[in-house]
Amino acid sequence: MTAPEADPRPYGRRAFLALLAGGVSSFAWALPASRIFSPVTSGLSQLFANVLPVGGWRIYTISGSMPVFDPTSWTLTVDGLVERPVTLTYDDLEKLPAAEQVSTFHCVTGWTVRNVRWRGIRLRHILDLAGPLRSAHALRFVSSEHPYEDSLTMEQALLPDVMLALELDGSPLSRPHGAPLRLVIPEMYGYKGVKWLERIEVVAQQPTGFWENLGYDQDAWVGKSNGYG
Amino acid sequence: MAEKRRLLRFTRTERAVHWVHATAFLVLLATGLALYLPSLAELIGRRPLLKDIHVYTAVAWAVAIVAVVLAGDRRSLGRTLREIDVFDRDDRDWLRGRKAPQGRFNAGQKLNAAITVAFAILFAVSGAFLWLGERDTRFRFAQTILIHDWLTQISLVLFLGHLYLAVIHPSTRHALNGMTRGWVDAEWAERHHPKWSRGVPPETR
Repeated sequence: MTAPEADPRPYGRRAFLALLAGGVSSFAWALPASRIFSPVTSGLSQLFANVLPVGGWRIYTISGSMPVFDPTSWTLTVDGLVERPVTLTYDDLEKLPAAEQVSTFHCVTGWTVRNVRWRGIRLRHILDLAGPLRSAHALRFVSSEHPYEDSLTMEQALLPDVMLALELDGSPLSRPHGAPLRLVIPEMYGYKGVKWLERIEVVAQQPTGFWENLGYDQDAWVGKSNGYG
Repeated sequence: MAEKRRLLRFTRTERAVHWVHATAFLVLLATGLALYLPSLAELIGRRPLLKDIHVYTAVAWAVAIVAVVLAGDRRSLGRTLREIDVFDRDDRDWLRGRKAPQGRFNAGQKLNAAITVAFAILFAVSGAFLWLGERDTRFRFAQTILIHDWLTQISLVLFLGHLYLAVIHPSTRHALNGMTRGWVDAEWAERHHPKWSRGVPPETR
């Protein structure tokens, strides 16, 4: 039915194949491209904050709903191999000497948030309150989002920028970010940074955490673990 | 009153492919957005359940598409593929914004179909890597989530445009009839798809 002057061309398959090639090859160019656009997208993410995760946070949870923070009843317990187990209320934590830091947050699934401003308490201050025994070699961090937990060796936990964060970018941690308290260790992927922290158990041997049981690396060094690097 | 002439635009198999894809797309979009947007994630929670629905819908989509192709009228699908593939001079003029008579699919619809199929494959590949990467570090790539996100963002724009033309825009929304019941008004077809409508024997019901 097509007359020669209609000059049919197979643009449909070409469009399809070009898109497919572009999409598959994007496994090679997506990261550099996203870096070029990141000034734009991170500006957008500040505009839309919690609405669009453009260049910003994604919220990962493992249970049906996020824990709710009640300031009157919430406590953090530090126990296990310590001289004196302590239980701290939110008020107690706010009275401890605070530290601030700006660090980059890397998620093992591939997204990154740069220049995150954290405010909180250095982990070593909290540990000093309880006094770990000589047999203590690791810390188990337990979330009130059960059964989430993770762990660090004592050496990792004492890195200078490890923090129990109360604030994120100038305001108290919101519920999706783990209100009221989360662990921050910028050297490691985010799954180590237990949110909704309710207990730190000082132990002799490092236990495996939630994601480690599903195959993630025990030492979650950014760029050097979990198949990267 | 004289009965309006109707033309059969889409066979049952063509409609089945469309609606299988549309249903899966909507479920995947809804669950995907709830996993992706922090505000929705907080509101809805239930991340493990949403993840399961998302993944199993994708699997069901693939199975259903294969089933429709195997059980359906493959000749009509083959004809559709050929029509989508071929852009003649009128199609190219139409794309340049000139008035040009169109066949059963206009050039925009052909492009949309090609994009939809390519994106479905890219969604499936990147989604499979996301799923596998959570279980085995060999499949974990930093860019996978970025690619899956970009596909979602572009698809959302295309989907909203498609929805507007199919449901809201006064002169084109009659096309929805073709996709739900199969037939369209011959007069409408004559205006929008004259090269096709002149070639089909009218089917009055």
